[in-house]
Amino acid sequence: MAGLELLSDQGYRLDGRKAPELRKLQARMSVFAQADGSAYLEQGNTKALAVVYGPHETRGSRSKSLHDRAVINCQYSMATFSTAERKRRPHGDRKSSEMSLHLKQTFEAAVLTELYPRSQIDIYVKILQADGGNYSACVNAATLALVDAGIPMRDYVCACTAGFVEDTALADLCHAEESGGGTSLALALLPRSGNIALLQMDARLHQDHLNALMEAAMTACKGLSKVLDGVVRQHLEEVSVLTSE
Amino acid sequence: MRDTPLSNCDRLFLLKAIEEKKRLDGRQTYDYRNIKITFGTDYGCCIVELGKTRVLCQVSCELVPPKDSRPTEGIMFFNLELSPMASPAFEPNRQSELLVLLNRQLERCLRNSKCIDTESLCVVSGEKVWQIRVDIHVLNHDGNLMDAASIAAISALSHFRRPDVAIQGRDVTVGSYLLVDPCEREERVKDGLLVIAMNKHQEICSIQSSGGIMLLKDQVLRCSKIASIKVSEITELINKALENDKKIRKEGGKFGFAESMPKERITTLKRDKAPVEMTDVKETANDIVNRTETTTEVASVPSPVLVATGTAQVGEGIVNSWGLDEDEEDEPLTEDRKTDEVMIISDSEEEEVVILNEEAHFTTLLLRMRVYPDARRLTGTSSAFPTVERARP
Repeated sequence: MAGLELLSDQGYRLDGRKAPELRKLQARMSVFAQADGSAYLEQGNTKALAVVYGPHETRGSRSKSLHDRAVINCQYSMATFSTAERKRRPHGDRKSSEMSLHLKQTFEAAVLTELYPRSQIDIYVKILQADGGNYSACVNAATLALVDAGIPMRDYVCACTAGFVEDTALADLCHAEESGGGTSLALALLPRSGNIALLQMDARLHQDHLNALMEAAMTACKGLSKVLDGVVRQHLEEVSVLTSE
Repeated sequence: MRDTPLSNCDRLFLLKAIEEKKRLDGRQTYDYRNIKITFGTDYGCCIVELGKTRVLCQVSCELVPPKDSRPTEGIMFFNLELSPMASPAFEPNRQSELLVLLNRQLERCLRNSKCIDTESLCVVSGEKVWQIRVDIHVLNHDGNLMDAASIAAISALSHFRRPDVAIQGRDVTVGSYLLVDPCEREERVKDGLLVIAMNKHQEICSIQSSGGIMLLKDQVLRCSKIASIKVSEITELINKALENDKKIRKEGGKFGFAESMPKERITTLKRDKAPVEMTDVKETANDIVNRTETTTEVASVPSPVLVATGTAQVGEGIVNSWGLDEDEEDEPLTEDRKTDEVMIISDSEEEEVVILNEEAHFTTLLLRMRVYPDARRLTGTSSAFPTVERARP
């Protein structure tokens, strides 16, 4: 673990959190006027921006459109200044295209795509600052943007990472914890039904610990969903006050 | 060329079969297809067969300067290629979604899980490290490329240098039914895929779900249990294959692809032996025969309707008017006359006539199927067969 003590004897993590605690989550909806839906989200120091266009007619080749549901098109990119080393390619490399694919799969499971046959929904996500949990920040931001665009979903999609250090499951990893080489599990959850939309895990972990780790991640996701719900409600209040005047 | 889509009947059939816990090739839901690992003459080269899926893997290495951020670590590079020879649906030189997914999954389960000790690949810290390149070519695609690729990669890596132990195994869910090692057609009806990479110490190296399915926690845990069993089986197989190869090399026996593939058939056109269930065959067959006998009495075949020569219709539905013109309607009548004549000739023993006789017999069969309302026409038209006349003795 590169000499770093990820969990102190007193049970505190590098940034002073306890094991199951999340980082501070702040979010705003409708940050762009141009897009159908948009959101900005900070999860600790990880900052993500999500924009949704659509549902609209399928762009590009007509053959891509599906007769029974909408196509979801995702693009994930990282700002060149988002990491410690300057990134040369903001998108299009293997990791980014994989991330785009995962986002697409997550939202194909969550959005009621069958309501919009032969159409397309575009989700563009950009990481402005990467400090661990990029995937989860993107999913959470995109969920808010989809809500803002008024696209029906089965439930909020909440994503969170979890790690495993010294027999303890840590929720919502930061960059230092993630790059330490320990286990890292990313999980996207539809909290009300308890369905997992995406599950991804790296590094070695004994099979017996899987249950505990997933449990920790799911609890964290449920916590996140409350915060996201609060953000949406607050946004609606603000908007309704503005329109009533 | 785009992949031909799976027809709805095929799809329904497959899903129905899976529901009844049956699979196309007679496997049980948790069975793997036959795995065969063949090593080449060079170290670090192998072909893995998983049923009809075939992949070729070659490991090579070169000395390169290390990355600035990790001066003491060697570099692993995985490259999987989907060439059009494996399946017509693969386009050459294109980064398809499947390709990205497979490549990243390989990288994650073999590099990020640290099953290969990259520090041991360091030659001079900060100056020279080994770069290990793993090239995987798909020779034939019949589903479950991920498994075949990872087995090939780990076998070739173990064969290449001193063995590092870490093996992968996977599960796949189809809807709410769980299938292990899907073939290509099963992959097409799947709702989603859950890939679990494990080593033989029951440690999970990576998990990846994809394809927009909703999983429940229990399902994931069940999958991981199945995976751990499959993994130990596959690990054993790989170790056995490696040992076998080592032994043959030591004894100076023949080895390499040329030896292991005597039929000189690299890809398809060969069929593996398939075990056939032979118990109670006689009883089952008798049972079926008995049952069918009772049904024959009930079945009444509707008499076919002949609309014109060469066309006949059985059963209900719209009347077939294919190729029927006003003029053509008269033609069967000449045929009828012809048969009359042929019937007369049939006594003779000349060869020509015999052939004609057969023809005539055929036409009579057709003609009997319909009673002609207008009897006058039977004699009306001419054009008797000249050949028949000549054949008459």
